[in-house]
Amino acid sequence: MDWINVIIQGVLVGGLYAMFAAGLSLIFGVMRLVNIAHGDLIVLAAYLALVITQTLGIGPLTALLIVVPAMALIGYLLQRILLNRTLGDDLLPPLLVTFGLSVIIQNGLLTVFTADSVKLQAGAIEVDTVRLAEGIYVGVLPLLQFAVAVAVIGGLQFVFYRTALGRAFRATADDPAVAQLMGLDNRHVFALAMALSLAVVAIAGVFLAVRANFDPSQGPARLIFGFEAVIVGGLGSLWGTLAGGLILGVAQAIGAHLNPGWQILAGHIAFLIVLAVRPQGLFPKVRM
Amino acid sequence: MPDPSAAPLLAVRGLDAFYGDIQALFGVSMQVAPGEAVAVIGANGAGKSALLKSIAGLLRAPRDAIVCEGEPIGGMAAFAVAARGIALVPEGRGLFPSLSVEENLMIGGQLKRAGPWSLQRVFELFPVLAERRNLPSTALSGGQQQMVALGRALMANPKLLLCDEISLGLAPIVVRDIYARLPAILAQGTSIILVEQDIVQALKAAQRVYCLQEGRVALEGATKALTREQIAAAYFGV
Repeated sequence: MDWINVIIQGVLVGGLYAMFAAGLSLIFGVMRLVNIAHGDLIVLAAYLALVITQTLGIGPLTALLIVVPAMALIGYLLQRILLNRTLGDDLLPPLLVTFGLSVIIQNGLLTVFTADSVKLQAGAIEVDTVRLAEGIYVGVLPLLQFAVAVAVIGGLQFVFYRTALGRAFRATADDPAVAQLMGLDNRHVFALAMALSLAVVAIAGVFLAVRANFDPSQGPARLIFGFEAVIVGGLGSLWGTLAGGLILGVAQAIGAHLNPGWQILAGHIAFLIVLAVRPQGLFPKVRM
Repeated sequence: MPDPSAAPLLAVRGLDAFYGDIQALFGVSMQVAPGEAVAVIGANGAGKSALLKSIAGLLRAPRDAIVCEGEPIGGMAAFAVAARGIALVPEGRGLFPSLSVEENLMIGGQLKRAGPWSLQRVFELFPVLAERRNLPSTALSGGQQQMVALGRALMANPKLLLCDEISLGLAPIVVRDIYARLPAILAQGTSIILVEQDIVQALKAAQRVYCLQEGRVALEGATKALTREQIAAAYFGV
């Protein structure tokens, strides 16, 4: 019974990791941009939610209505004004620029909010539980977080493969020059992709901030979890990314159960095992 | 029949174009009337593709060097040129491998320009594509892929269709098959510029021809008025 509980907790946290990963994977798939600042943007979204909940006196989940469009707008402008200029045949410039962005965001947050850890208060929902079976209880909030993660992945899958926007993303990823001949403005398409990525980041950031304490230095670790989930799941596959997130979450939960100090380590070990046994990931797509 | 004295749909005036530091075109001028098919022929490296890329906005050009319906479009971004109704069928087809046949066609129509062409009409022109609409574009034969590339360009309902070497790498019977569809496209009032190394096909399909040689127009005229010797001389520069 104990172990079932551990695995369920791992799965529920894994949904959050899948959300960290989905935005990362989307950006890499569409424009071959490795966004080193991704984790810091998640933390930025968490702080944005903190400010909004405190000033407006609304709950974190309601604050999503503001945080999601705000982050999407930030994403659009970030891509249009800064990141589009770094794209080209060389992968290095966007890597360096987003690395710089990561440093700027971390230190900016540190200056404004100090290094003290904070948490979003979601009220009674935080301690509500439901009984799944005899002796197995899960929190309503982790359950909601997991359901949202599945919905986000499903939504991205729908956008990518069933809408004109997704067609534009895939065409631009395939061949940016020919995509322009179809009347697609790459700069705009890339900015929309970044907006979508940061909308997902906003959701992930708010759930992260409700789940546990956070502080300005947490971004890079979220980035690593995101990367690991993408690689474990296989590049270019959104459902694979969800699976990758779950595997990472379960591995961490098992590690933590064995010894509280092994949580992060167990996740990395699971990642390394997949990388050694199946370097292309579990559900790879040839190209996204 | 198109009237060559009508106001041109497209006019290129003294165009110089460059691939990096290398000059590909030297003062090239040409005109295309509405509904007219014009062939651009020449040996490898004569500047045919550079000409099409300049028109389509993929190569830099001085603003006034390319004029579409009286408005200068030289150097405009490719997506803006496409929005004006100039569609390029790129050399090597340039299909999107992640997209199905139907999705490739639909992305061609994503500008939603009004006109005679729709998914339905493209499938009527190339019935084989209707059967294979859900396959990835890479699963098709070369000829069928070329049909997708043509259909994709038509989906934009262009006023001017630029075809870059549509016969390249295809069997002669397939080339004839594709060229047999061009009259149906011209009949909709679309103008066509055919860039070809397959001179025989191009001259049969076009009313006028420009022969490029080392980046310059070596010969121009009505296809019927020119002799084989004149064309051979302009083509090879002998």
